[in-house]
Formats: sequence, C-alpha cells, structure tokens
Amino acid sequence: MGALAYITALNQALHDEMARDDRVCVFGEDVRIGLTQTTKGLHERFGDGRVVDTPLSEQAFTSLATGAAMAGQRPVVEYQIPSLLYLVFEQIANQAHKFSLMTGGQVEVPVTYLVPGSGSRSGMAGQHSDHPYSLFAHVGIKTVLPATASDAYGLLLSALRDPDPVAVFAPSALMGTVEEVTGELGPVPLGSARIHRAGEDVTVVATGQCVHTALAVAEAMAGEASIEVVDPRTIYPVDWETIRASAGKTGRLVVIDDANRMSGFAGEVLATAAEQFDLVAPPRRVTRPDGAVIPYALVLDQALLPNGDQLTDAIRAVLK
Amino acid sequence: MTTREGGPAMGAESRAVRLYRTMRLIREFEERCLAMSLTGEIVGGIHPYIGQEAVAAGVCAALTKDDVVASTHRGHGHVLAKGADPKRMLAELLGTTDGLNRGRGGSMHAADVGLGVYGANGIVGAGAPIAAGAAWSFQQRGEDRVAVAFFGDGALSQGVVLEAFNLAALWRLPVVFVCENNGYATSLPVGRALAGDPVERAAAFGLAARAVDGMDAEAVADAAAQAVERCRAGGGPAYLECRTYRFHGHHSYEEQVALNYRDDAEVGDWRARDPLRTQSTRVDAATVRTVDAEITALIDEAVEFARAGRAPEPHEALDHLYADGTTTRPGVMI
Ligand SMILES: Cc1ncc(C[n+]2csc(CCOP(=O)(O)OP(=O)(O)O)c2C)c(N)n1
Repeated sequence: MGALAYITALNQALHDEMARDDRVCVFGEDVRIGLTQTTKGLHERFGDGRVVDTPLSEQAFTSLATGAAMAGQRPVVEYQIPSLLYLVFEQIANQAHKFSLMTGGQVEVPVTYLVPGSGSRSGMAGQHSDHPYSLFAHVGIKTVLPATASDAYGLLLSALRDPDPVAVFAPSALMGTVEEVTGELGPVPLGSARIHRAGEDVTVVATGQCVHTALAVAEAMAGEASIEVVDPRTIYPVDWETIRASAGKTGRLVVIDDANRMSGFAGEVLATAAEQFDLVAPPRRVTRPDGAVIPYALVLDQALLPNGDQLTDAIRAVLK
Repeated sequence: MTTREGGPAMGAESRAVRLYRTMRLIREFEERCLAMSLTGEIVGGIHPYIGQEAVAAGVCAALTKDDVVASTHRGHGHVLAKGADPKRMLAELLGTTDGLNRGRGGSMHAADVGLGVYGANGIVGAGAPIAAGAAWSFQQRGEDRVAVAFFGDGALSQGVVLEAFNLAALWRLPVVFVCENNGYATSLPVGRALAGDPVERAAAFGLAARAVDGMDAEAVADAAAQAVERCRAGGGPAYLECRTYRFHGHHSYEEQVALNYRDDAEVGDWRARDPLRTQSTRVDAATVRTVDAEITALIDEAVEFARAGRAPEPHEALDHLYADGTTTRPGVMI
C-alpha cells in the first residue's frame, strides 16, 4: 500500500470506522479543526452530532462518554495532553472500567481514550511529557501503544470495535514518522505482539518509539549478536506467549520501555521472566529513572529517556 | 408510544396510591436491610434512605421504563422506585448469584440496566456526567427519553457535577439533576459546605432550577413531571432541589458507634413530617391497609428469596470484568 504516516493512520482509522459504524462519535477539545491532526476532516464528513468540541471539562466529557456508551454509542475521547489522564483517572479507572464487573455483566462500556502525543514532547517539560500507560495496565484497562503506522491503524480500529474501555497511547516521538506498508491495512487484535526482527541470541522487548531504537541497535550490533526485537503492542493484556517463546529461544532478555522504572511495564516483564522463563543470564531493563519528571532543558529531557547506548550496554551485559 | 406509568396522564388518585406504594416499599425494604446490616447478614452495611422516600417515588413517577437514572451511594430507593425487583435487589445485598448484579455490586453499585438504572455509585457526584452522557445520546438519536442524575448536597462541591451542569445547559440535554438536600454530607451541615444558594448556582448555569419540599411526594412528582416534560419538549435540562432529611445515620455503621452531630429535636421535627404519613392521608384508609399488607408480604418473600440464594464461587471472582471475556492472570503462580 505504500508510505503511511503514523498520524494519517490514526486519522484514517477514525474515518473508516466512523463510516462503518454510526455509533462511533468523538469528544474532545478542538477536535472539529483537528488540532492534533488525529481528528482532521471528521467534522466536515460526519457533522456536529458525531464530532463534538467540548469545553475544557475533561472529567465531565470522560464520563459523558461513559453514559453515552451505556446508552448505545461508541465514543472516542481525545486528550490533548497525556497527563490529563491523571485528571480523569476517577472517570476511567473507577467508573468506566469497573461497570462491567460491578453490574455482573449488565453493561458494556465501549469507550476509546485516545492520547496522541504521549511521552516527552521535547521542551514541553514536567506536566506535558509523561507516558502514563503503566497506570492503566496496573488497573486492568486495555492499553495499547502502537509503534508503527500500520499498528496505529490496526490497534485503533480494534480499540474502536472492542466492547470494553481501551486506552490508546500514541507516542509523541512517532507522530511524524512514516512506515512503508506492504499489503492491506486491517485490524490488529489487542493482546498480540509483533516480532519486528528475528534473532537467536537476545530478545529485546521494546515498546512504542523504543521499538525503533531497538531495531537500530540490533542492526548496528548485527556482527556482534543476533537480536530478536519483539513489540508487545498491547501493554495490557500482554501477549505473554510470544514473549515467552522468544525468550525461551534466545535465553536472554532485555526490555526497553520509555516510562518510569518503579512499578512500570518493564518491571512486569522482568518479573514474569523470573517466574516463568528459562533464561541463561539475568535480564535487564532500560527505562526512565524512578519517579522521573521531565525537565525543560532539552539536554535534561533527553538524559532521562532510554536510548540506544543504554540498550547496547544492557544487551552486552546479558551476553556476558 | 411508551406508556408513562404514573405520569400526568394517570388520574390523581391512582398516582397518590402509586406514590404511597413505592414509598412503603422503600421504607420496609430499608428497615429490613438496616436490621440485616446490624446482624451482619448484609456485609458492608448500607446507607439508609429512610425519610427521603418521597424523592425517589416522586421523581421516578415522572419517568417511563425507557428513561434512565444514575444513582448514589444511598441508592436503594432510586433503584426500587424505578421498578427493580425487590427480591433480586435484596439478593444483591446478600451477595448471591440471584442478585441484580449477580452479587458483584452490592448496596453501593446496585444496577438494573434493563430498567434504565445505570447503577448506584460509590463516588459522590460521579453519576451526574454519566446521566448527561446518556441524555446526549438520546438527543443525538432523536429519542424521546430523559436521564435523571440523583445526588446529595455534598455532591454540589464536586467539580465534575458543575462541569456536567455546564455541558448539559450548553447542549440543552434532556437531563434532570435531582439534588437530595438532606442537610448533611455525612456529618457536615450544608451550611458549612456551600457558598451561596444551590438553586441560584444551578440557575446561573442556565438550568431550569427550583426547590421543592422533598418530604411531600406529590410536590416532588409535580415538579419532576414539569422538569421531565420540559426535557422531552427539547427545553433543556433542569435542576430540582428536594429539601429532605434522612431519619437514620449516614451509614448503618452509625447505629453501632455513637456519632453526635444532629440534635434530637431536629431529628424529631423532621420525623414529624414523615412523607409516608403525609401521603397516607391522601389515600383512603382501606387502601393504605391493603398496600401495607401487600408490601409486607412482598418483603417477606424477598427475604426468603435472598436467603435461599447461592453464593458465587471464588473462582468466578473476576467474571464479567471484560465484556469480551478476556481473562486475567492469576495472582498466585505455582
Ligand atoms: C468524591 C467522594 N468523596 C468522599 C466520599 C466519601 N463519602 C461517601 S458519602 C459522603 C457524603 C455524601 O453526602 P451527600 O452528597 O450530601 O449525600 P448523602 O450522604 O447526604 O445522601 C462522603 C463524604 C465519596 N464516596 N466520594
């Protein structure tokens, strides 16, 4: 199919699904003009009733989506800033997510929470640079983190069709990237990993933009070690089978994840590996530091993000 | 065309009886629950609604089966008034699989979605934007349905409720916000919690706002009918403040520990205005006796039904977490 921009993929998924299913509607700030580009053209095509510019009332419009979903719509809620999710954690984690269980299965709450531009935005500093997906995974909310344009299209499509709440984190570092897509675009099932590169010596589990870091490192280290790069794509639920099979084959594991280390996704992969995988060397992880708050100065911002050098060191450590 | 049970089309007398029956049902249900909470048969206790029955009965009398309500931690009255089966409601409180929520929700989350009950809610104010969202979807689809959000005076200090007022008024959503001002948020008197007058506050958002005597079911029913008709006619949202009182403690736990924040005279004055007694004077004595006997039998039956229920199996604890059947990893690996 050719070159596909990440941002176009998200936008295309919304166009396609809204055309297919008239229950899908979009709530958010500046979604009519498509400020983030994700919702571009939707208002012209689908009109006021389906593309709703909301006042700056995150808590209300998040639960508005819950009520609308319970009444039969399939809303998408877009957030302009990843840390706004802290503002609506009540509405997502405590309301929407819990209703199916608490009602004994009486309701479905098919809402998609879309966060275009999650993670460091270079120079946006402390309150605009978090990547809070591990919080959602911890609570048990279905959480996806596409690393490529085709995955962005396919995972968003699956999120929109899912009967449960799903949070979609699109890394800011990837919004402007382009993928050469072969074949047709289609849904990517939640909870399915993608092996980007096969290898024999080390498994690198990489998330979001770190997938591209891992692929670059694997290429650069090709003469030194054969590295398998696995992207879980879904932070929750996790495709443990694929990760286990890969780590079982290579016997060595490194995780690279652009989130804080403490209680993060990378720690969960390591813990699961310790419990269940047959590794020949202690696994390693490359993450932001514990409790990282991204500082303004670019050099400090980047100093906290996991990078290729750290990954190379970690791979060498597990190869020893 | 849906039939509007208890709505304006009904004769005045039959609505009077209906209101009395609903209130009597809630009262007896609650008294039995309170007793069962004190013996520990109902775990976690309950937030008794006794004293506030006129609000649930009056508001729900203005609704059809297709309308929806979002309730509160003090939700039994709303759930029953909307038509939930008292047997299955009590079974829910006993945590059995026959319960409305198959024993997964209990007192604070009781829901009957088929009847438009979007659930009691353990977070103060949380139901307001959810009801507004349902109303938004009715409006989009051009459906003749209305949503009601119940909440207490305490919820008026929650930002999300005020955000919901704004969106509802801005978009003229068919939603009625019903504030049950019972004078207290747990122990905090409303006078020490709210700046300004709540009705004026709601009116400032553009809601059609008024206060009504929440101890008088007919008054509540009239006011609710007007608010609901306004919504159906596309006139936009309404706010109804029902001035009421809870006769018991905030939570059944209060019956066990002596908390002292209301004086006996105050409680006595409000008890003297018992909404059931008021309503019984509007119904002939023979009908009152018949209704009372029917309700007692119904609650006896509910207790029997609930006690005979089956407890869910421990291995089913996370059933229904995901609508698509996704299962979780066990917490203990061996
Ligand atoms: C947001 C929130 N804060 C605190 C609580 C704890 N809490 C439960 S009920 C309650 C008082 C609520 O008062 P009000 O809204 O007036 O309702 P009432 O209990 O009088 O029916 C409090 C503080 C809660 N459940 N949710």
